[in-house]
Amino acid sequence: METIDIKEFKSAKEAKLPQSLEELSIEERERLKFLGVDESLKRGGEYIQIDAKPFICKKREAKGLEMLPITEALKKYDWISDYFWKLVNPEKDEFTKAVAEDLDDGYFIRVLPGHKLVYPVQTCLYIRTDKVAQKVHNIVIVEEGAELNLITSCSVHPHLSSAFHIGISEFYVKRGGTLTFSMLHVWDKRTYVRPRTGVLIEEGGTYISTYVSLFPVKSIQTAPVCRLVGPNAKASFISIIANHPDSHIDIGGEIRLEAEETATEITSRVVVYGGENIARGKIVAKAPKVKGHLECQGLMLSDEGVMRAIPELDSHFYDVELTHEAAVGKIAREEVEYLMARGLTEEEATSLIVKGFLRVKIEGIPPELQKQIDKTLELAKLGF
Amino acid sequence: METLLEIKDLWVEIEGRKVLKGVSLKIPVGQTHIIFGRNGSGKTSLLMSIMGFPAYKVLHGKIIFKGEDITQLPPYERAKRGIGIMFQRPPTIRGVKLREILKLCSKENGVKIEELARSFTFEKFLDREINKGFSGGEIKKSELLQLMIQNPDLVLLDEPESGVDLENIHLIGQMIKKLLQKETHRPRTKSGLIITHTGFILQYVTADLGYVIMDGEIYCEGNPLEIFEAIQKYGYEGCKNCLKRCGI
Repeated sequence: METIDIKEFKSAKEAKLPQSLEELSIEERERLKFLGVDESLKRGGEYIQIDAKPFICKKREAKGLEMLPITEALKKYDWISDYFWKLVNPEKDEFTKAVAEDLDDGYFIRVLPGHKLVYPVQTCLYIRTDKVAQKVHNIVIVEEGAELNLITSCSVHPHLSSAFHIGISEFYVKRGGTLTFSMLHVWDKRTYVRPRTGVLIEEGGTYISTYVSLFPVKSIQTAPVCRLVGPNAKASFISIIANHPDSHIDIGGEIRLEAEETATEITSRVVVYGGENIARGKIVAKAPKVKGHLECQGLMLSDEGVMRAIPELDSHFYDVELTHEAAVGKIAREEVEYLMARGLTEEEATSLIVKGFLRVKIEGIPPELQKQIDKTLELAKLGF
Repeated sequence: METLLEIKDLWVEIEGRKVLKGVSLKIPVGQTHIIFGRNGSGKTSLLMSIMGFPAYKVLHGKIIFKGEDITQLPPYERAKRGIGIMFQRPPTIRGVKLREILKLCSKENGVKIEELARSFTFEKFLDREINKGFSGGEIKKSELLQLMIQNPDLVLLDEPESGVDLENIHLIGQMIKKLLQKETHRPRTKSGLIITHTGFILQYVTADLGYVIMDGEIYCEGNPLEIFEAIQKYGYEGCKNCLKRCGI
């Protein structure tokens, strides 16, 4: 993974915020619509940040939902210091330091105890100006017994020469709460991405994270740390990745099972057209009677790319069930020929097989979100 | 009668092994032909070569379809020109539903797919991953449904009765009849080439001409039922003895 010199990027604060969506080009609006920024979709709330500043932050008819730009939340609530930089260490690396020193903005979302939001909350972090570094800090709190489906779409203007996104995210799922967090990202082959994420799940809480990145990107490196601190807490991490030529994608994740009867599953599906992909995953059993499974499958479509699957299981107790399976291979010739006999060209057949491979059935996410993920798969060019 | 498919002195090898050694045959428009042969006799190789799978390397000879030399065309071009195949053991394709493939096979809207599937009590399988966990009969139904929607002029059927239980064989037979327009009045426009090891499919589908293939060569052609009865009575050994008597 190449080093990035953060000094080469301008502060996103220097960018001018558009007055309205109409100021965006049709191409930009189409891209955002594709990512779910769409008036016609039913949403509990919406937060859109362009470069450094919040552009839209509004609740729709969602009781029990609080949404604020993080800079406002920091002013409004003293208690937020109990959540701010508590799961991610600001000293972790140069990127966390950069955000700690010069925060642009980000979202603060809280669902009050017992409130189960019917519609998803949509956030979008968009870089519109050339050569800027967008520095974001997000906090999500799902209070006791509450439920939130959060969709985050991140993207860049289609014609930038370079861009850099650094996102700190700290998520808290309180006792019996559920958070499904789905990231649908459309970067660009000149975009660098460094998310830094910490998640804390209390007793009986559930966290389902889905990361979808099917378009080219310059580089992504991330390794969220998720702590399951109460009995019966559950966490699932799913990543669905197409690794294009010249893209470097290193996605990890460390799940710490710190209480009895906690469970986790890490699933990753990667198609490699080129570039370098590293699929890491680590499950640490810090309590007895825990379960963890890690599955990584890679499909190689070229000799030009590299795929590395690095599963890791750490147990500190004997009464645990930790398993992993990893497989890297090519498309079966007979599947391609079967579809060719039905009239599909080799490219169409390959694309359909790849789509099927990436189509992971995700338990626990709302059907409309599954539809949106499927739509992304439809639109991504997945042939050779 | 107009010829739909003509195979001229076809020699084919797979992984360096010759599997067809000078096969010639002609199928007129509207006719169904049936090829009897033991396992390993070259039956499936013949169908695969007609469909154009690259592993089956044509060393010599020609495949002419609708007057066009298609010997060098890839399978999808042959499919587009009107050749369809029913696989004996089709692969499972993870994450791809039967419905999706049916949609790709058809230019029609979804209504026809639903209706057609329902008429063969197969609608529950539309949203299942193709061929995953399908029984022998279910695989055949799925294959035939795809072919019905693809609507080819020449249907290649690879052991259509194998692995099908008695309950389903009748329905499979009905589907093949429909595909080959056996229930409609002549003139038929659809043609078929069936390959079979046991020949039992003839109880459900009639054929106009039969052949026996042995070791990559067609040795005998004639009335399909007569050939079938002889094979039932004497086995393929009988065919060998017959050839000896004929001095072949």
